[in-house]
Order: sequence, then structure tokens, then C-alpha cells
Amino acid sequence: MTALQASTPWRKTASLLARLGLTGRMLVIAVPMLWLLVFFLVPFLVVLKISVAEPMIARPPYSPLFVDGSIQATLGNYAYLWEDSLYINAYWSSIKIAFFSTVLALLIGYPMSYYIARSPELKRSLLLLLIVLPFWTSFLLRVYAWIGILKTKGVLNAMLMKIGLINEPLIIMQTDIAVYIGIVYTYLPFMILPLYANLVKLDDSLLEASADLGARPISTFFRITIPLSMPGIVAGSMLVFIPAIGEFVIPALLGGPDTLMIGKVLWTEFFSNRDWPVASAVAIAMLVLLVIPVMLLRLAQSKGAET
Amino acid sequence: MAEPSLAADAKPWKDPTAEPFIRIKNITKKFGDFTAVDDVTLDIYKGELFCLLGGSGCGKSTLLRMLAGFETPTSGSIEIDGQDVAKIAAFDRPTNMMFQSYALFPHMSVEKNVAYGLLREGVPKAEAMGRVADMLRLVKLEDFAKRKPHQLSGGQQQRVALARSLIKQPKLLLLDEPLGALDKKLREETQFELIHIQETLGVTFIVVTHDQEEAMTLSTRIGVMNEGEIVQVGEPPQIYEDPKSKYVADFIGSVNMFEGTVDVAVPDTLRIKSPEAGIDLLVEPIEGLKANQAVSIAVRPERIAVTRHKPEGVANIVEGEVDEVAYLGNLSIYRVKLASGKTVKVTKSNLLHDEEPIKWDEKVFLSWSNAAGIVLTT
Repeated sequence: MTALQASTPWRKTASLLARLGLTGRMLVIAVPMLWLLVFFLVPFLVVLKISVAEPMIARPPYSPLFVDGSIQATLGNYAYLWEDSLYINAYWSSIKIAFFSTVLALLIGYPMSYYIARSPELKRSLLLLLIVLPFWTSFLLRVYAWIGILKTKGVLNAMLMKIGLINEPLIIMQTDIAVYIGIVYTYLPFMILPLYANLVKLDDSLLEASADLGARPISTFFRITIPLSMPGIVAGSMLVFIPAIGEFVIPALLGGPDTLMIGKVLWTEFFSNRDWPVASAVAIAMLVLLVIPVMLLRLAQSKGAET
Repeated sequence: MAEPSLAADAKPWKDPTAEPFIRIKNITKKFGDFTAVDDVTLDIYKGELFCLLGGSGCGKSTLLRMLAGFETPTSGSIEIDGQDVAKIAAFDRPTNMMFQSYALFPHMSVEKNVAYGLLREGVPKAEAMGRVADMLRLVKLEDFAKRKPHQLSGGQQQRVALARSLIKQPKLLLLDEPLGALDKKLREETQFELIHIQETLGVTFIVVTHDQEEAMTLSTRIGVMNEGEIVQVGEPPQIYEDPKSKYVADFIGSVNMFEGTVDVAVPDTLRIKSPEAGIDLLVEPIEGLKANQAVSIAVRPERIAVTRHKPEGVANIVEGEVDEVAYLGNLSIYRVKLASGKTVKVTKSNLLHDEEPIKWDEKVFLSWSNAAGIVLTT
């Protein structure tokens, strides 16, 4: 039977292509691969190139990589990042804000995902729709709307004063609290959706088995539900933490002058100081800072899955 | 060794003074308009291996889940060992359950799965691990303690689930289709293993199954369920030999059903007019029948003889033509068409080879004694 199939011209061509490494599977992968190559890897290399150049008053405003056939590269920009405490502080502050935002999003998102996943089918799709509904409005508009809510004479303060909970308006705008609110609000759906996808698959009979063996609901939650939803927790946390670190719009609009985040520093370096090489070095350093922990985590996860 | 008094031998249900271990009284469970369990009253005795048998959707699993505490009865009461369990949550009940899907915790090793119940009870870890090792030895899984459930075969997973549900030495073990996911050969072996374990530990088992063969092999008694009701309770031979309704006769094993009316109820034989059979059927008399009452006569396929020549001195003899023959090795199944158009199923053991086997289209005689027919009125 196989001999018969192999003798058809199509089979012959396919097997020839396969020998060259061009299987159907390869072709399917090739499209996204090409996309990533053109729009991710190439720009990354360009940025990497700029980060090892010297600033120049020219167009473009940095020194070329090849001069008279030799490579002109410097690590001076990276050294500068290390020497000037502004950058270290900005990185540290970004990590801190992203971390606490992720924890908050997890604490708020987990009960929501759990509730949605345990709801009857019809209610579930309605609730999910409500979760993704904000995406129908531009992200920028929604962050602007928060200014209207949080500012000194904004909706929130007016309401709290009206019901007599406070006498003086709360100062939330242009503080880190506003940044936290903005980030948690914006990225909450990215926490909820992967968590939901995980929790909805949780087998009821496992929870019943745990109860049957004498575990109280709280114990079942920590021993069965949480460990089994770990992949969802990790995926959701990554989806919040990574973009939050480099977030620019939210701290720029809601944060104050004291809010130090690497995205803002990058903007200033690039547009105000017009120091492209340092701005590029900031970007590369941030990428490395993010990629290493993510890769370590992946490694740990794949090892955990094996045993 | 002191013989533990096994319910299988003592038959406490025959003793009117015996105290039942589990009393299910007028239990009803409704889901919206649908009545899953309808006014079930049932006594089960200590050390029994009781099977709840019925088709899918008959309410047997719902009844089991109410015993475990996963469902709350709409009305009625359940007593386990003299204690009303209505107010007791699942995690405090003296019962354990073996789930149909096994429900093994996928993120824990075999050992940890089995230890789970003991550790939640507050048993010190060292003692718990010792008991786990003993239990794994009982189910022959001592070499697999460190494996994760997904690294085990279906049969091994089944034994882990059994070990996990037995480790707390429950007063009552509930088993939901315990052998359903196993292939036929493994299922047969495991049936006997299950009986052996039940007899060793003396725990009361309630098994839910849709497989009548499994129920026959395992149980001390069977409760047949249909549409939320228990239609008959009895020991396996009783259920098979003396079904009380057409549903039970039909559900347990296979049966030929002849519709008819009572002709004359004389003291020593009963004659049933049956146009379907084409003759008057003779059966052993039962009480309480009126003339012209509509009844069904159930005859098991193995109680009917199929011969080429008309036999002598048998109460019921009909003629027919072989429609189909199925050879199964140890026996053959014949489908014989009667003059009325009714098809009768007959099984015949293939004991000897010297006789020329009966083939299809042959004219044959079917015969059975008057003790073979069971009169059913409902």
C-alpha cells in the first residue's frame, strides 16, 4: 500500500521536498517565523547596533558601525547606565510596580476567574463578554477616563465627599497609587482570561474526591485547586508583569513627576535628550532583564512537567 | 484465624431481627422538574457488597452521591450506622467513594494520593506513610509509589483509586462503576480481586453499575433500579431466576417474552393462551391470577432445547425455522422464527462435536418444561 502511494508523482515531490526540510509543517510555521524575523529580529538588531554607537549631531544622530572596513562599537552606553543611579532606580522601580500590580491583579483576577469558570454555561459566556468589553474602546481613552475619575475634583472624590466619607479630596492623581490602579485595571483581563481557561477545565470530581477524603473546602482550595491552576497563574502573571514593566502611557498620564518607570526614562532619553544610543542601551538592558527570568521559568516548568 | 462473619454467608437480610447498617428511608431527589430518585427505601447490612444496577439515568449514581454527601436529598433520610447523616457534610462523613473517573490528583504521586485522606485527618506523617505502604501492598502497587497517575495503566489507576478510598477504613465504601473503564479480561480479574479485598477488610461496599454480569459476580444482593425507583432487591440467583417484573427479566440476562392470557387456573398447572407462541403454554401455577388476565411468560434462552426431532414428554413444544445462527465457541445462539412471526432466541452449549450442527433454514422443534416459564403480571 505504501509503495503504491509513494509511486504517485505528488508523493514523490513531497518526499523530495521533505528531504530538503520543506514539509507542510515547515511551510505553515514559515509565515509567522518570517513575520517575527522582519518585525522583531531585524528591529532588535538595529536597536542593538545603535546601542553600541556614539551619539553624534548628524542624521541619524549616532556614529556608524562600520568605519573604513572596521567595526566601531562601544559599551560606553551600558557603562553609563550602570554609573548613573537614575537608570538603576528606574529599573528597580519598574520591577517593583510591575510586581505589585501583578500580585494585585492575581488577587482580584483569581476569584473572578473562579466564579466565571464555575458559573452555568450561558452566564459564563456573558461574563466573559463583559471582561473583554473594555477592549472595544481604545486603551488610551480608557486611561484618560481614569484621570476624570481620580483627579482632585473628579468623580471619585465628588462621590466620597457627597456620602460624607471624606471631607477633603483624596490626592490620588499623579501618585504611584494612580499608576497601580491604571495598570491593574488595564491588564486585569490578561490575568483573567488564561486563569479562566485553566480553571474551566478543572474536573469537579477532583474537588469532590478531596472533600470525600476529609479535606475542608479551604484545604481543597490550597491543595488541589491552586496547584492545578498553576499554569494559568504563571501565564496570567507573565501577561501582566512583562508589559507592565515597560509601560509608558499609564505612568505618563496617571503618574506624577516622582513616578520613575523605565518606559518614561526611555521616552525622555529618545525624544527630549535625543540620545539614541543611550535610549537603545536602556531598551536592550530591559529586554535582557526580562528575557532571562522568563527563560529560567520556562526551563523550570518544562523540567517540572517531566517528573 | 477467626473467621470474620461475612454477610455473604450469614445473609442478615433473611433475619428479621438483624439491624441494618444503612437505612435509606423514602429518599427522593428532584432536579427542577426531573425526579432522579423517587421514594427509595432500602436497608443494607454490615459487610454486604450491594450492587445498585440499572441503565443510565435510572438514578443509581444520584443515590450513591447522596450517600457520599455530594447531593442533598429533596426529602427522606439516610442513616449510616445509626447516625442520621443529613446534616453531615461530605468531608465529615464516615464514607469514602471510588469515582468512575478515578479522580486521582494528577499533581501528586501514587503515594501522596493514597496518603491524602490520612494526612487531612491529622495522622502523623510517619504513621500515614506506613499505612500507605501496607495498602499499596494489598493492591499490588508497592513498586509504583513514586509514579504520577498519568504514568500508570488504566488497571493500575483503578487500584490506586481503590487504595485511596480504602485507606481511611471507611464504614462504607461507595464505588461508582469501579470497573467500567477496564477492558473485559482485566475487568474479570479485578472483580475477584475486589471481592477478595472486601472480604479481607470487612468493609460494607455499595457498587453502582450498569453491567449486569458485574453485578451478578460481585454482589451479595442486587437492587435493580428503573426511573428512580428500586424495582427489585434480591440475591443474584433470585433476581435471575425469579424476576418480579418484565423490566427486571429483560434487564438481567436475555429473555424470550410471550404475551398471553390466563386460560384456566387449575391447581397443578397453569395454561396460558398465547397466539404469539402458537400453542397454549404450560407453566407452574402462581397465586392470585384470574381467568382471561393478560400476562407475560418469560423463558430464558438457555432453558429452551432446540432439536431436529420432536421430543417426547415435554410440556411446551413449538415448531419453527432457524433464521440465524451465531457461533460463539463455547455456545451457539439460534434465532428461530415461529409460525406467528415471533423470533425466539435459544442458546445451546457446544458440548459435543459428533452431531451435525443445526444450520439456518432448518425446521426445528423448540421445547421447554413447565418450570422454565416465569409468569409476569407487571
